[in-house]
Amino acid sequence: MKRFMKTHEFHVLVVILILSAAITVVNPNFLTLENGFDLLKSYSFMGVLAIGILFVLISGGIDISFAATATVAEYVMAVVSIKLGGNMITSLLLATLVGLLLGAFNGFLISKFKIAPIITTIATMNFYYGILTVITGGKWIYALPEWFRAFADIRVFTLVSRAGTPYGLSVITLFWAVITVLAFFLLRYTILGRGIYAIGGDIGSAERVGFPVRRLQIFVYSFMGMMAGIAGVIQALLVQTVAPNSIVGKELDVIAAVVLGGASLSGGFGSVGGTLLGVFLIAVVKNGMTLVKIPAVWYDVFIGAVILISVGFTSWQGKKGYHQAVIDIEKEEAA
Amino acid sequence: MKRKELRVLTIIMVLSFVFMTVLNPRDFLRAGNFQGMAFQLPELGVLSLAMMIVMLTGGINLSIIATADLAGIVAAMILTIPKFGGVQAPGWLVMVALLGAIAAALLVGLLNGVLIAYIGVAPILTTLGTMTLVNGITIVLTKGYVISGFPPAVRFIGNGMLLGIPFPLLLFGMLAVIMAIFLNRTPTGFNIYMYGSNDVATHFYGGNNAGIILRTYLVSGLLSGFAALIMISRFNSAKAGYGASYLLVTILAAVLGGVSSEGGFGRVSGLILSLVTLQIISSGLNLLRVSSFMTIAIWGFVMILVMVVNYYSDKRRERLLRTQG
Repeated sequence: MKRFMKTHEFHVLVVILILSAAITVVNPNFLTLENGFDLLKSYSFMGVLAIGILFVLISGGIDISFAATATVAEYVMAVVSIKLGGNMITSLLLATLVGLLLGAFNGFLISKFKIAPIITTIATMNFYYGILTVITGGKWIYALPEWFRAFADIRVFTLVSRAGTPYGLSVITLFWAVITVLAFFLLRYTILGRGIYAIGGDIGSAERVGFPVRRLQIFVYSFMGMMAGIAGVIQALLVQTVAPNSIVGKELDVIAAVVLGGASLSGGFGSVGGTLLGVFLIAVVKNGMTLVKIPAVWYDVFIGAVILISVGFTSWQGKKGYHQAVIDIEKEEAA
Repeated sequence: MKRKELRVLTIIMVLSFVFMTVLNPRDFLRAGNFQGMAFQLPELGVLSLAMMIVMLTGGINLSIIATADLAGIVAAMILTIPKFGGVQAPGWLVMVALLGAIAAALLVGLLNGVLIAYIGVAPILTTLGTMTLVNGITIVLTKGYVISGFPPAVRFIGNGMLLGIPFPLLLFGMLAVIMAIFLNRTPTGFNIYMYGSNDVATHFYGGNNAGIILRTYLVSGLLSGFAALIMISRFNSAKAGYGASYLLVTILAAVLGGVSSEGGFGRVSGLILSLVTLQIISSGLNLLRVSSFMTIAIWGFVMILVMVVNYYSDKRRERLLRTQG
């Protein structure tokens, strides 16, 4: 417990609790099950993408193209589902497959040609998004199949609010939950997970110890692609329209959430728990601003300030820790 | 950057020029087309310089566009103070407006620099935060409205001609020359390259790492401020969210021009070659009535292609060296 209190995750948790308390004081509607379930549903999209980018960040890479990948997967899924029919499982598989292919292409370029990940994924982002927009002409899709609409309304269980409106845990949240649990086990208990941390910590050492560096790199970008594919389906389920420009531009939000949750941009660090907390933090701040009735024009100012203050604080803590460690060594030498 | 890469870039530039000429000689070779290109390039060019200098240290500055928007809005708000009235604004007010814009841009640069150099936050995160914050401030300031109607002196910056040369192009040329001198002939410039190659080594030979980084982000902010002046002058208006699509293109221009994303390598001459190439491609495709999204896709494709070609040519050279040695 003492050790947990020193972790980054604990700090984020404290910030979330303080913010939640403050918001609840102003507007008690914040701390209701209804609002909670609602947030869990609407942030599934970001949550799934966050898990994907977590893997990439731990491996020491970065991906800017996942929003474009999610858009392509979403669009392909929608067009095929409308033209050829299908069901929830086929559309999910199709989107995941499209995401996997685009992600694997990133991984191939990065691992084979040793191009910096940020450059590669900026290039592929432009490429994927440009081609998609040219082919589709930027057209929106409104008429999704009936079974697709019906699925989005399924609730795992239903409660009734005092006002008489039903609410409950959406089936969409389950996607996020299942992926989170899987990711946790993958990172914590498998050799694959160890390998991802290893190449993020020190790629040269990992190679010498015998980790298959190239295959691991291709894996993390493919995994990110798959998550982007699933997130594309979630987005379509949430808003029931498919627009080529609705996701692109959100990539930096997601990366910010994961880094707020303690993942390091230089690789080797990061946890599924921290990532969840990072997404919760963003959700609480955004939802809180609405509930506290802060005018919408101020939203970006607040989000920017939260990002700067929290990353500044974390870096400051880290710097202090570093100096303490140096002093400790000197003490030991003196003794 | 090595000579060889400058040669590769020149070849790519000439090829894209020939390609566009062959596809559409009548429109592409018109004087008006070149004039259009000369007016469009400086805006992106100055922003690319702002991106390039931080990339030389191995950093990145996602806040350049937001900074430019803020600077432009500050200038626009001063210029349109109702008492003095936009188009009739007196000369001293124009000066105040320009200085206000530069000051706002430097302030964002200072915030980035302090957070990165002295607090130790990763550049991508810091500038992501300031990007969001500054974007927010521009929205708060303008409430999303356009501020427009500036005096002729301001409109001249982006639209005027001097000695038959577009004024923004002159401005960009001047800034590029100053940057080249700054990077190659001053101690700070030398230290920027050193830091980008190996920050630990710079630290141990006594370089003031924090000071170098702070100055880098200040210069980056300053350049964003200059870009702002060109931007608001060309549109004769300022608005939150102008130029948002430029952000990734500046990174693309820098990388295509041979600036290493890990830092330490890259020259202004390479950046200029890549900017001209990108401008030829986008103007040429535009004349062919190709969708602007296709241009984006082609830029992405060109970027990957250049990296792959570099990879194989490096490999070949390595093999040659090995067989010779």
